Amino acid sequence: MSHSVECIECGASLSLPDNVMQGEILPCSDCGAELEVISLNPLTVDLAPMEMEDWGE
Amino acid sequence: MRVGILCSRVRVEEKLLFTAFENLGITPDRLDERMMTVRVGEYAPPFDVILERSVSTSAGLVATQLFEAAGVLMINSFATSSTCADKLRTTLALSAAQVPQPHTEIALSGEAALEAIERMGYPVVLKPVIGSWGRLLARVNDRDAAEALIEHKEVLGGVGHHIFYIQELVQKPSRDIRAFVVGTETICAIYRSSEHWITNTARGGKASNCPVTPELAALCQRAALAVSGGQGGVLAIDVLEDPERGFLVCEVNHTMEFRNSIDTTGVNIPEHIARFVIESARVIA
Repeated sequence: MSHSVECIECGASLSLPDNVMQGEILPCSDCGAELEVISLNPLTVDLAPMEMEDWGE
Repeated sequence: MRVGILCSRVRVEEKLLFTAFENLGITPDRLDERMMTVRVGEYAPPFDVILERSVSTSAGLVATQLFEAAGVLMINSFATSSTCADKLRTTLALSAAQVPQPHTEIALSGEAALEAIERMGYPVVLKPVIGSWGRLLARVNDRDAAEALIEHKEVLGGVGHHIFYIQELVQKPSRDIRAFVVGTETICAIYRSSEHWITNTARGGKASNCPVTPELAALCQRAALAVSGGQGGVLAIDVLEDPERGFLVCEVNHTMEFRNSIDTTGVNIPEHIARFVIESARVIA
């Protein structure tokens, strides 16, 4: 599995950790966008959902 | 044993939990509530126990009900989670168990809220009944602020914001305490320090170790039992230090974050949680 992916917001190349999980949230180091790993094979990211009123602990 | 972790968003905490279970010889399945469709009455999820870790309070509560209706042991239970998710229900549960907490008044109209605030005296804190991470907490220092806030809530807020949850502002030091209860044991605690009156780490509060004294441990255990119908669970108790009354329980969280508290306390919180989940399922079996 490739461990790099392109940020869909700014196009930067992101290196992902070996133990990356589906559903994990990763910030783009270039533009700061929050990306969600939506698939591991093929490795695919999308913009993470925006914070909602009922999010929290 | 089949273990699930319910989470749409895999944060640092969820990764640590998956690792903790794997270190104990169990590989949990990740369940994303966004992908759930359930035919009521015919749902038979293949799990012995599910740890609910949804970042969405409402989605987590709905999923918990569906899984419990299908016979799955949920940690935390719907009864516990729904009590913790709602500050009013938490306050009532703590009150019924005589757990010390800040003075709180509830009002169901702006007019009644203003009357209650004036009676309590300034400053007070207005809190949404459902909310987290310090969002929309409002410190009200005077009548002008009270009138403005009440009008904004009434005009711009949803119906949930028309329930006025009014609490005294406790004259705490520049910190509060976040204590972690797993089962019925207070396993560790942190101070959350900030120059701002809101000390949530989500709002910039700095974490440092807080010794778990017998007094703190006992209070947090009482609070955990109060919100869980005597069962305990995986809970974070927020405690304020009042200079005269001592510890006051401010709220109880049912899907707590703990990334800043492991190194700070030296306690492996996710391992405690994983062991508790596994042990709870074995007791039921």
